[in-house]
Amino acid sequence: MTKARFLIPLFLFLALIALFVVGLQRDPREVPSPLIDKPAPQFSLPELLDSNTTFSTADLQKQPVSLFNVWASWCVACRQEHPFLMELKRRGEVPIYSLNYKDKRPDAMAWLNRFGNPYTAIAFDEKGRVGIDWGVYGVPETFVVDRKGIIRYKQIGPLTEQAWQETILPLIEKIRAEEG
Amino acid sequence: MSHRILLCLSLFLMVGWGSSCLAHIDTFVFDTPQDEQRFRKLSTELRCLVCQNQNLADSNADLAMDLRQEVYEMIKDGKSDADIIDFMVSRYGDFVLYRPPVKPITYLLWAGPLILLVIGAYALFVFVRHRSKEGVLQSGALDAEEQRRLSTLLEEKAVSTTPDPSTPERKK
Repeated sequence: MTKARFLIPLFLFLALIALFVVGLQRDPREVPSPLIDKPAPQFSLPELLDSNTTFSTADLQKQPVSLFNVWASWCVACRQEHPFLMELKRRGEVPIYSLNYKDKRPDAMAWLNRFGNPYTAIAFDEKGRVGIDWGVYGVPETFVVDRKGIIRYKQIGPLTEQAWQETILPLIEKIRAEEG
Repeated sequence: MSHRILLCLSLFLMVGWGSSCLAHIDTFVFDTPQDEQRFRKLSTELRCLVCQNQNLADSNADLAMDLRQEVYEMIKDGKSDADIIDFMVSRYGDFVLYRPPVKPITYLLWAGPLILLVIGAYALFVFVRHRSKEGVLQSGALDAEEQRRLSTLLEEKAVSTTPDPSTPERKK
């Protein structure tokens, strides 16, 4: 017992190192959203492609589970994410709705024309007011919303195959199973 | 020379003045100085989610501007500080607060320094007591053998110093 006492500082040091290793691997940009498992904030916005129609929170509840992707034409990471959204659309597993955040209509439309439109419908949030209600602080962000209008998950940053396979797809299957 | 001093002084004043005001150039007009005070206080206590080590007042991020606007409008609408804080927390979580609330998940955060202080004080207490005990043992516990050696040493010294007082003491 007394012999091992000189090892105490070593163990304390190793514990500190372990703490740093864990701490450094976590991304401080990923702030946990308080909206998880809460009802999605209500909004009603004009459609991006057709300003005569509106898109509201209720539109997200038409399917057992929907994706709600926040993007903008000025957002570099959205450009990076875009091919994967096209791939998801091709797979057709889940409808992808979106919020075009603090963008200009012509820019957003040109972006979609150029790269393709993976979205079922797009709400046009020019002022970013709805984005604030949804706690958006960096685009792209993707919410998973179930039929009851509950936000089940929020992906911060680009959606990737890895995040899809490891987190989102299992969640979608779980939500579908809940519906029976 | 005096010109240079004057220039420095005026620069200093300008910089000092500038930073004591809000660091951005929004032009919010308030009904009362109290409202303006509240706006400044709130925007320094709320964190900008984009530049995470800046508060809303300092940040030039787009979102920070929108949120300042939001805070401004809520103050204009007569909302209380608590309402405004609730608005932010319900959207962005406790993370927006530079002063985290005291609740079960933050107990360790708040109590941590105190706990460390207590542990440190206890460790210091044990250490010091141990040291002083050791000291007492050493000075008070000369056994017969040690006593004998001590007296021989003292005698030696006495003998060697008597003939020539100029000889340094340590020399035999």
